[in-house]
Amino acid sequence: MSEPATAPHLRSRAEALAAPLPPLLAEAERLARAVMLGAHGRRRAGMGDEFWQYRPAHAGDDARAIDWRRSARSDAHFVREKEWQAAQTVALWVDPGRSMAFSGDPGRPTKADRARLLALALTVLLIRGGERVGLADGRVRPRPGLSQADRLAEALAADTPDAPDYAAPATTLLPPHGRAVFLSDFLGDPAGIEAAVLRAAGQGTRGVLLQILDPQEEAFPFDGRTIFESMSGALRHETLRAGDLRTRYLQRLAERKALLNDLARAAGWQVFCHHTDSPAASALLWLYQALERRR
Amino acid sequence: MWTLGPIGFTTPWLLLGLIALPVLWLILRAVPPAPIRRRFPGVALLLGLTDEKAETERTPWWLLLLRMLAIAGLIVAFAGPVLHPDTRRPGSGPLLVILDGSWASARDWPARIDQARTVLTEASRAGRPVAVVSLTNLPEGRLPFQSADIWKSRLPGLAPLPWSPDPKALAGWEKGLSGRFDTYWLSDGLDHTGRMPLLAALEAHGTVTVYASRHPVFALRPPLFNAGAVDLTAIRPEKGPATSLQVIARGTDPNGVPTDLSRGTIRFSAGATEAKLSLNLPAEMRNRVTGFRIEGERSAGAVSLTDDRLKRRKVALIAGAQNQEGLQLLSPLHYLREALTPDAQVIEGKFDDLMMANPDVVILADVAHLPAEQETALEAWVRKGGTLLRFAGPRLAQSDVSRTSEAPLMPVRLRAGGREVGGAMSWGQPKRLAPFPEGSPFFGLAIPDDVTVREQVLAEPDPTLAARTVASLADGTPLVTRKRLGQGQVVLFHISANAEWSSLPLSGLFVQMLDRLAVTTRPEAPTAAELKGTTWQAKILLDAFGDPHGAGEMPGIAGAALAAFHPGPETPPGLYAAGDRRVALNVIGARTALAPATWPARIRVEGQAVAREKPLKGWLLLLAFALLIADILAALLLSGRLRGPRAGAGVAVILAALAVAQPQGARADDAFDLRATHGVVLAHVMTGDAQVDAIAQEGLLGLSEVLTARTSVEPDPPMAVNLETDDISLFPFLYWPITANEPLPSAKAYAKLNDFLRTGGMILFDTRDADIATGGSVTPAGRRLQEIAAGLDIPPLQPIPRDHVLTRSFYLLQDFPGRYDGGPLWVEAAPPDAVKAAGMPFRDLNDGVSPVVLGGNDWAAAWAVDGNGNFLYPVGRGAAGERQREIAFRFGINLIMYVLTGNYKSDQVHVPALLQRLGQ
Repeated sequence: MSEPATAPHLRSRAEALAAPLPPLLAEAERLARAVMLGAHGRRRAGMGDEFWQYRPAHAGDDARAIDWRRSARSDAHFVREKEWQAAQTVALWVDPGRSMAFSGDPGRPTKADRARLLALALTVLLIRGGERVGLADGRVRPRPGLSQADRLAEALAADTPDAPDYAAPATTLLPPHGRAVFLSDFLGDPAGIEAAVLRAAGQGTRGVLLQILDPQEEAFPFDGRTIFESMSGALRHETLRAGDLRTRYLQRLAERKALLNDLARAAGWQVFCHHTDSPAASALLWLYQALERRR
Repeated sequence: MWTLGPIGFTTPWLLLGLIALPVLWLILRAVPPAPIRRRFPGVALLLGLTDEKAETERTPWWLLLLRMLAIAGLIVAFAGPVLHPDTRRPGSGPLLVILDGSWASARDWPARIDQARTVLTEASRAGRPVAVVSLTNLPEGRLPFQSADIWKSRLPGLAPLPWSPDPKALAGWEKGLSGRFDTYWLSDGLDHTGRMPLLAALEAHGTVTVYASRHPVFALRPPLFNAGAVDLTAIRPEKGPATSLQVIARGTDPNGVPTDLSRGTIRFSAGATEAKLSLNLPAEMRNRVTGFRIEGERSAGAVSLTDDRLKRRKVALIAGAQNQEGLQLLSPLHYLREALTPDAQVIEGKFDDLMMANPDVVILADVAHLPAEQETALEAWVRKGGTLLRFAGPRLAQSDVSRTSEAPLMPVRLRAGGREVGGAMSWGQPKRLAPFPEGSPFFGLAIPDDVTVREQVLAEPDPTLAARTVASLADGTPLVTRKRLGQGQVVLFHISANAEWSSLPLSGLFVQMLDRLAVTTRPEAPTAAELKGTTWQAKILLDAFGDPHGAGEMPGIAGAALAAFHPGPETPPGLYAAGDRRVALNVIGARTALAPATWPARIRVEGQAVAREKPLKGWLLLLAFALLIADILAALLLSGRLRGPRAGAGVAVILAALAVAQPQGARADDAFDLRATHGVVLAHVMTGDAQVDAIAQEGLLGLSEVLTARTSVEPDPPMAVNLETDDISLFPFLYWPITANEPLPSAKAYAKLNDFLRTGGMILFDTRDADIATGGSVTPAGRRLQEIAAGLDIPPLQPIPRDHVLTRSFYLLQDFPGRYDGGPLWVEAAPPDAVKAAGMPFRDLNDGVSPVVLGGNDWAAAWAVDGNGNFLYPVGRGAAGERQREIAFRFGINLIMYVLTGNYKSDQVHVPALLQRLGQ
């Protein structure tokens, strides 16, 4: 870096870097509030803080387990059971690839922005539900507690300057029998995605694939002589009539979606395609329900 | 300049750039449109896809053509194309500028002088010596070649003369021309004798260029009296489209003030060179007509002065006692009646009635004595300018009238008895007439041989007799004697008025003599024979513009010279008088024909070509710009940028640029609003009656002009307002003439009007009938006004108080006349608690500007002017009328000042208090 690392300069850069964090977190929390808030019980007796039910004591129950206050109101002994509250571990993977930095319109957020927002909002929701959330690439280990949201926000907002155009999902810290959430456009090499999902499925991790696409990537509204470049410029494709390519492009996109669907079905995962021009809340709702449904 | 058909190029070498177009074609054709680089993550899916067709690498031919056209347009535009270029080459050597200088060139003389100035400026730039010559005023000797600047300073001094160039003078002048020079001839558009020879002579010296104005020539023939009506004929040299002209009869009103007596419209049908109008004028008015003129034509040809020919003298015949009934041929009046009736208005009757009719001439045929009071009246009448013509007869001969002393109503003393010559009882032969002496009004008249006199009354020899004799017999005895009495004259024919005493009343000479005595007037122009021996004094002379001037010290002109009726330097057109007779010499005679000047094809004629030089550069640049814009759009379309991201923005920018480039797409409403708001505009409400609307428009135009001339309010031309469709809130003031059958405004219009009144607008209602609501009898227009005003938000009104601001907002006024005077003016009533402060001339009426002013004095008609600033409608009579019009204008000015400044003048009463408070 050629710029002088003077203190004011450093500080301004640091501030610029830190600037997105509070708003991102704030927005994520706002988004999370809109979805749901409340008890996150397992609907069965078990370890937990919340009262579940009284049941008659039977042999084998620890005497300490008897709730004397309840038992005193009748002749039998009752045991006070708590609801089972097991914290899940959820690993998030937000595609750090350069392709995510694309937005077809200045008025729309980039895919990466949307992915980070969704990831953070989901984090907030899950943490409120008592889960442990971490990053699948191992930068942030799963932990409960609201401060975890801050750590995640910081990690997500961090620059990855030398990222490749398309990244494959990281599986460094996939919790066995936990949950995984992959947010990406899934436009890169399908082999990497497939390998990651299969590996996760292999260790009993279930999860969701949230494909985030820009509307332009769905519509391909181009014509004329065009050179298409990937975001870093590493990949190029030149055509004289972009309009002719549309049908074939759309066909390939449909194939890619079908591939993701097949993969998910095989692994017991769920897939959702979200477009950056639709509200983030819908995607978050779906994500939350998807995680909730088959817990 | 290089020309191609009607188009010339100022820098033609730039057109060589067109050669490069084919090269450009090949280059552009070879280069496909530049690709767009797009960042697109989906490229991963595109890898490996190939184009199905590859032929669009080349630019499509129509896009190429578009670009070629745009570039060609640019090249041609910068080559400076000019439509109908002015290909005049600046000549060299001396330049002769010829002006026809005739009456016909007076019609657009300022334009001619401007054209001459342009030519002189060019010549001055080229350093050419110039001579300017007016063909009606040819210079003596050599051509006066001088520097063009000197001539330029003399141009304003040149004036046309009211006749055509004299062919003889032209012929003499063109012989004296020498040397080489070019000629620029400002023709008046009329052919005249000697023009073609002059053209040939000038062409022998150099090139000739002609300037012919397109302003049409109209001329008026002398009016003819025909069966009680005045026939007017307007002529024009060329067949043209249908045109109508206004002809005005000028004359004096009964008080002697020059005024327009009557007017009529002459309509040329298309293709006609002549148009007629028959004006019916009452005899009283016809006798006051001094001339006719075509309104708006500033040339002597459009003016025709009238003379005795149009006048009909009123002749009163009084005969002695007529006791011989039935013997008509012996009646002393018979021959007079016969001689006079065709050309004069003969009245007979009782003496008192005759004098009441104010005759021009009284003829006493053989009347010896009149009652004393009649004689006194008659003498007074003669002294005021009447002509008393007496004929002798048996009664006069036997009476003792003027026997011992000269009676006031007799020119000479008479001998008793008279004499008889050549009768059956006498010795001598009937006497012939001696030739009329010089100085006699009859001088020059031919005497027929068969006129003889048998009896006459004899004049007593007197010292004055010779001077008073205007005709005598061959033996020297007076036949006709005349004496001046006051401003009038008394003439005595020493013979009887019938054929008893002489054969004179039977002859044509008798009529001619009466004619010379101005007893009768003839409808035909006097012939040379009739004019022979007379001397005429110019009374009024016309200039070439048709304006009359006094003749000044011009010497008398012999009748013979006048008889040709050919206006020229010696006999300028005008009105000539000899004694009581008047002859008009007009530029256009009864038989004058106008022929258009036609020029040979080899002569360059300027001024007539409709095609003016018109630079095309701007239009071509605009075209090229439009093509380039189209090219941009087409290229965007081809390269797909019209559909990609941000395409909408790009198209919007281009459309905005086009919109900026063509801001003319404004609506007509905007034009109306712009006109109305560009300055102060007076407006009138359209009533639906075209004539009333026209008067209102002309009236407001007149008022606007007066305002501009006298005040710092300088209104734009007035506008007509349609209450239903137009926005009246843009105007400070509306003039609303009321007609009896005016439609009521719609509810929407009422809303607009009420808004207008509430927000400070003012309406002047004018019922145009001088009579608004006088008691119970309301005029139709007044009733209509009440109906219209019922829907308006009008405060209580009162007749204008004497201390109203309107009476002093600019002029001090107490009357508000228009075409009528005396109708009341109604304004908003003053508040009842208004009091007059001590020492103040006015009540304290500070607030409230009356939103309406009502009256019926037809102000617009008093203000109305035509495009040339002439008043269109008469107001009052004479000087009083002019005063009334002036007051009407002052009212208009006061009103507009009141509209624009409100009660400012009323606030002035506080000035002393304010000054005091300021410690002054």
